[in-house]
Amino acid sequence: MHAIALDSKYNVPTIAIHTNAFEKAVQSVTRMHGMPQARYTFVPQPVMGKTAAQLRAYVDGKNPISGRPVMQEVIEGLTRPAEGDHLKETKFERSTPRLVDADTDDNLQQVFLDHNWTDKLPIVLPTEKKVEEMLRHTSRKPDEIAGHLRSNQFRQHWEFTVEKVAVNAVMAGARPEYFPVILALAASGVSARGSTTSSMAAMVAVNGPIRHEIGMNAGTGAMAPYNHANATIGRAYGLLSQNLQGGSIPGDSYMGSQGNGYAYGTVTFAENEERSPWTPFHVQHGFKPTDSTVSIFTGCRSTAFTLGVREKYWREHVRNMLRGMDAHSAPTFLLDPIAARQFIDRGGFDTKEKMIEWVYENALMPAAEYWDYQLIQNYIYPRATFGEEPYASKLKAAPQDMIRMFKPDEIHILVVGGETNGYWRIMGCNYQKTISIDEWR
Amino acid sequence: MADTNNGNIAVLNPVGYPPKITPKSMAPRLGTLDGKTIYLVDPRFDDSGLFLRQVKDWFAEHMPSVKTELVEMSSVYTKDDPKTWEMIKANGDGAIIGVGH
Repeated sequence: MHAIALDSKYNVPTIAIHTNAFEKAVQSVTRMHGMPQARYTFVPQPVMGKTAAQLRAYVDGKNPISGRPVMQEVIEGLTRPAEGDHLKETKFERSTPRLVDADTDDNLQQVFLDHNWTDKLPIVLPTEKKVEEMLRHTSRKPDEIAGHLRSNQFRQHWEFTVEKVAVNAVMAGARPEYFPVILALAASGVSARGSTTSSMAAMVAVNGPIRHEIGMNAGTGAMAPYNHANATIGRAYGLLSQNLQGGSIPGDSYMGSQGNGYAYGTVTFAENEERSPWTPFHVQHGFKPTDSTVSIFTGCRSTAFTLGVREKYWREHVRNMLRGMDAHSAPTFLLDPIAARQFIDRGGFDTKEKMIEWVYENALMPAAEYWDYQLIQNYIYPRATFGEEPYASKLKAAPQDMIRMFKPDEIHILVVGGETNGYWRIMGCNYQKTISIDEWR
Repeated sequence: MADTNNGNIAVLNPVGYPPKITPKSMAPRLGTLDGKTIYLVDPRFDDSGLFLRQVKDWFAEHMPSVKTELVEMSSVYTKDDPKTWEMIKANGDGAIIGVGH
């Protein structure tokens, strides 16, 4: 991506070196950015953790895909014109057909599977009748542009209409009355199928009256597959993300090394506002209690959990959980109402903000350990070295000094659960945004 | 509206609309690297800096007439870095970016 800009925009002949795991992704990105002839070569995966001698062997060795010497391809990429360097007329597909060729139920299930349009589970076929029923639950017109999505910042956005969102909602098995929630998710611009080697998933929290209108679960089993609205809204968000952003195909448009089980249904629940002792999440973010909203979080790779908030060592327990989290993904606390009230009893946190401040002050790690994390090296250290606060100040700490792992505005709290016990967990994830559902009714 | 015709079902395509792709032209290639200044751009991802130092050593051993300059991107690799690109355009003849996304 940067090589394309440097070459085409700044007129500097450039070659990019990638690892061979990214072959299809590189081909796809260069094609979609209008430079399929961009110069690149490959070395073996991984580079991370290799010694200087091992990396020198990569440089001296061959491109594992082409079988040609890496440095020969580097030099040729900078010096030799190749066919396609000159701008030529190129035709690109600009539209997607509205209909799939009619076929039997079984054959169409196979067509959708073969095209990677599903999550590999059977789908509800999006007939015109079912899509029309879905569309009747919004005032928006079917051909209205509903939004744009892409799988990561190196890809270009794809566009979609309200009808396209309805097609995916039907496929997920969602009932028409859920459609405004699904439209709000689609319009958010946040993908539930982000392509990152770290294997993200999304988490969705719904607030406001619509929770009851469509029968969402905020209580017992809310985050598990026991409620139709929770389950199918989450599934629809995943399906629409992959289909409306141009795909989510491993090795091509999805690079999550291990994958993420949370991505199957997308963790989707309603906040238990009625049993929460605190302000609802959407009100914290500027909405009225009577507004219906959906809040989106991404990451969901690391989870810590425990039971209760013990009188003697609760502080140590929470600190241990925070230290065990991925230092790059901020904590979102998911508290059963029993646990929420225990935090008030133990810590005096009569607002979410007071508890967040305590977490901020107590999520600590020795500076040397913090900066040595690979994710911190990749994503925080570069920002620190060029003066971005608060990272630059953290960088000045002595190796043994305890530094704060997160920023206060990255830490969040939601109340969910049915009070069968005082369990709670911390989800490592980043809050993205809260969207009005009412605007999509 | 009928959904079936002789047992076949009509269904809608779930895929969105791709962006219009504007073809881009590449910078003219250099012909030779002799006497040229090539910037080695470190995106600061994983151990890319250590890798590029090996590339720099390779040039020093095999093509000493090529001047190489190692430069780090100004922030994380996910952000554009026009200041660095302008610097390379002003002072260099070509660039190698790696290893990364």
